[in-house]
Amino acid sequence: MNIDSIKNGIVIDHIKAGQAMKLYSLLELDRLECPVAIIKNAQSKKMGKKDIIKIDTRMEVDLDIIGYVDPDITVNVIEDGKLVEKKHLQLPEMLRDVIKCKNPRCITSTENGIPHVFKLCDAGKKLYRCLYCETKAPDEN
Amino acid sequence: MEKLIDILDLSVPEINGLIEKAGDIMAHPDKYREKCRYKKMATLFFEPSTRTRLSFESAMYDLGGQVLGFSDAQSSSVSKGESVSDTVRTASIYSDIIVMRHPKEGAPLVASYKSEAPVINAGDGGHNHPTQTLTDLFTIQSEKGRLDNLTVGFCGDLKFGRTVHSLISALSRYRGVKFVLISPDELKLPSYIKDGVLVKNNLEFTETKDLESVMESLDVLYMTRVQRERFFNEEDYLRLKDSYILTPDKLKTAKSDMIILHPLPRVNEIHVSIDDDPRACYFKQVRNGKYIRMALILKMLGID
Repeated sequence: MNIDSIKNGIVIDHIKAGQAMKLYSLLELDRLECPVAIIKNAQSKKMGKKDIIKIDTRMEVDLDIIGYVDPDITVNVIEDGKLVEKKHLQLPEMLRDVIKCKNPRCITSTENGIPHVFKLCDAGKKLYRCLYCETKAPDEN
Repeated sequence: MEKLIDILDLSVPEINGLIEKAGDIMAHPDKYREKCRYKKMATLFFEPSTRTRLSFESAMYDLGGQVLGFSDAQSSSVSKGESVSDTVRTASIYSDIIVMRHPKEGAPLVASYKSEAPVINAGDGGHNHPTQTLTDLFTIQSEKGRLDNLTVGFCGDLKFGRTVHSLISALSRYRGVKFVLISPDELKLPSYIKDGVLVKNNLEFTETKDLESVMESLDVLYMTRVQRERFFNEEDYLRLKDSYILTPDKLKTAKSDMIILHPLPRVNEIHVSIDDDPRACYFKQVRNGKYIRMALILKMLGID
């Protein structure tokens, strides 16, 4: 299966098979007017199967969100049909308004207008805790 | 210092300094009578309290300062739906320091982001209670002469007992402290303390349901109340509330110099007949609480 290459835009590559829609949702790509291609279960020498997202416009994507979903994902920036930058990711120290705290005793459950913030407590275990109540982040992966 | 939300906001030397200062205030109260003249402290208690609020207010008065605030969310604009952020921003305009208790975990941290004045967490839900911890540390230091090389038993509600969480975090930084965690399965220590503090720092700890089996090993026994207000389900509270009741009989195997602490209020987890036992130190804690809070207020306001 072939998808046309893009001239100016972003290719999010090496997404674990099955995670493209989650990333699409977290990055709010549904709001974009430009063409966005989601390729599921593409063949990969390294991964067997992988997902890819191609965004046909120049834009900033939230690297913290992508790093949180999977720091092994690569983000390729395409200009004039050429790869000009390959961004390698890491687990972000802080996640702001990406996931919500589900502890009913947390101040975020009642106070309007404050961000939901999670901090990285253990990179090896990919463990995030709510900044306010220290409850573990819901395991969504 | 802008805020005290978690006991770990204070370094060990800072805690030791506060304990030393509290001892000096206790010995020479007259030296400190005018230290906070013309300073105002706002006490914002969104949840009921007796000891914590009274000790903070008494501490500020004994430093020559003034106190304003509320002791019940219903008597403030919170009852009209005002947010924590707006309430604190308002209070900080009228005061030099804010002391806040709130039933929601993390509320004082939110307050500290909005406040122009330093914020002290006086208890946020089942999460943290750093000034009770300072009181506990001051009492242990006063009674045992040290904060290291102790075996400390925590008994009762270790899940929602915020004083337990703060004290374990604080003691984890002193050498040779062994932790004995005594609770029913439903009220075990939450993972963010067990894994995040005890396991992470490779500290020695044991978990048991049986208080009497570990009594003889303890230097400090920290009793806690099963808190009705932390349960969403009344049935669970009724089933667990009397899990541990300390009686003279159960103290038979305890060391003669063990100390019994309790953050109070108690319901029936320590029988009143134990109050006259020389090992009972929970009313000494109440007294100590005022002096350590005086030391803390001075530190937060940058007054020597």
